[in-house]
Amino acid sequence: MSALEFQSVSVAAGGRAILSGIDLVVEPGEVMGLVGRNGAGKTTLLRAASGVLSPDSGRVLVAGEPVAELSRRDLAQRVAVVPQDTSVPFAFRAFELVLMGRSPHLGTLGFESPEDLARAQDALDDVGIPHLAERSVLSLSGGERQLVVVARALAQDSPLLLLDEATAFLDLQHRAHVLDLARLHARQEGRAALVVSHDLTLAARTCDRLALLVDGGVLACGPPRDVLTPERVEQAFGLPVHVIDGPDGAPIVVPSASAPQV
Amino acid sequence: MIAGVLTPTRLAVTLLGLLALLLAAVLLGVVSGPSGIDLTQVYGALVGDGDAVATDIVLRIRLPRVALAAVVGASLAVAGVLFQALLRNPLADPFILGISGGAALGGILVLAFGSAVGLAQSAVPFAAFAGAILATALLFGITGFGGRVSTAGLLLTGVVFNAFASAAIVFIASLAGLAEGAGIFLWLIGNLSAGELRIAGWVGVFLAAGLACAFPLARGLNLLALGDEQASQLGVEVERHKRILLLATSLMVGAAVAVSGLVGFVGLIIPHLLRLLFGPDHRLLVPASALTGAAFLVVCDTVARTVLPGRELPVGAITALVGGPLFLFLLRRHHRTVYADR
Repeated sequence: MSALEFQSVSVAAGGRAILSGIDLVVEPGEVMGLVGRNGAGKTTLLRAASGVLSPDSGRVLVAGEPVAELSRRDLAQRVAVVPQDTSVPFAFRAFELVLMGRSPHLGTLGFESPEDLARAQDALDDVGIPHLAERSVLSLSGGERQLVVVARALAQDSPLLLLDEATAFLDLQHRAHVLDLARLHARQEGRAALVVSHDLTLAARTCDRLALLVDGGVLACGPPRDVLTPERVEQAFGLPVHVIDGPDGAPIVVPSASAPQV
Repeated sequence: MIAGVLTPTRLAVTLLGLLALLLAAVLLGVVSGPSGIDLTQVYGALVGDGDAVATDIVLRIRLPRVALAAVVGASLAVAGVLFQALLRNPLADPFILGISGGAALGGILVLAFGSAVGLAQSAVPFAAFAGAILATALLFGITGFGGRVSTAGLLLTGVVFNAFASAAIVFIASLAGLAEGAGIFLWLIGNLSAGELRIAGWVGVFLAAGLACAFPLARGLNLLALGDEQASQLGVEVERHKRILLLATSLMVGAAVAVSGLVGFVGLIIPHLLRLLFGPDHRLLVPASALTGAAFLVVCDTVARTVLPGRELPVGAITALVGGPLFLFLLRRHHRTVYADR
């Protein structure tokens, strides 16, 4: 049974098709990367997977169960999301924010158990930010806050992890670390991750497979070196590129010298 | 153990402390006034063996007044907390948003024309409730139901609502001949001169209903503060939560406004103070706001009754004198923290 399956998913907004007939399967144990230019439909696809958007046609299955038929709570126990926008209006401490990841596992009036606290602490340790635990989230930088939200998603302990440009504000080291965490997550029994990234080289290094979205459809899906050909990347991003074989076998994508200057 | 995480023990200890604060405020309110009453006379009145005059003053004048201040203060403070979480904006307050204005408009309609269409005065709280619901619906209709509402959008909507509601209230009152005397003026400022135990009891019923709606959702409020989408992804039934919470706020604001008029800023001051002291967890913030809001308005009303010898100020004047400058200070700080890193 696949961890996540999109079956001819279409979404339109304002008379414009955002996704048209997407078929995509994420297998257990796999990190799938979602790449494509701005507006290609990557975030919409993730929103359909987390159930905050219902497709106009087609359906989404998480571990074989239709997303549309699961309660919010059941879905949150199966899917954890790191969104693009991580702003918080109140001065929660970082630890409290991470602890919110335990919510789908608590009763309505429930307080967090010592196990929940321990799980949140582990998540902070895994991400490498235990020193931020007591800080107010209002005092954190955008990147720090993003790491806290990654920890929250790990604390949520859901089999499927969705990262929506979760590394956008991070420095190179943290960027690689978060993607490695997604890999570690996916390698556990019955788990998987779907990662949106604009860093093609890093996505190619991390993901088992890449899906390249163009205008709401999947242009190609497969191992990174098969998907990231110069022709396809140019077609998807409108920019001529060189694809170089990296020392560890993963392709490296760089704009070619003749790229038009904007 | 991480400091600052809310545990049942910490919740209970904090609430007991705030309950003691409320009791102290109530005692202060009962002993303060033109005729000197001391604690032994209060005790005598309560157990039924004090002197008749003091017992009369305590039971018929002071306690009903203090009880009304307490339930109105609690209602407004809790409504403030709920609006702030729902709108993801710490500057929201039923008065500033114009919800109180909507409630007042509903109430005055029944006051002015109710008898003509066979509605009793007891319908005023329900009309105020309807006004609060309409104002809330309009507010969310204009600012959008989902997402984070900008401070500018909130304030503009609220200012316009309030100006419109005040004008409509004065107009209706003039039409109905209610404008004679200081009644309408007092209502627009907010006052507690309707201090009867029966009325306080009514507001208490609305308050209890509102709290009963809001308290089970308090943990969900923490998540709603992250925005609809994240709350949803963390397991909250967002639409259902919001509907229940809007019902709760309208119940509390409607009842409070029906009996006291436009008492402003309580819903802003109290939650801010409590967040500074205890952090933003709504499981604590909601019940703590009820207790502290009650204590705050009892003290404000005591000041309003006693600060000028032989005269009584409307309590809304006191809360506005405290809350207005505080609001401007918070707005300035809010601007800095929210827009500093953009």
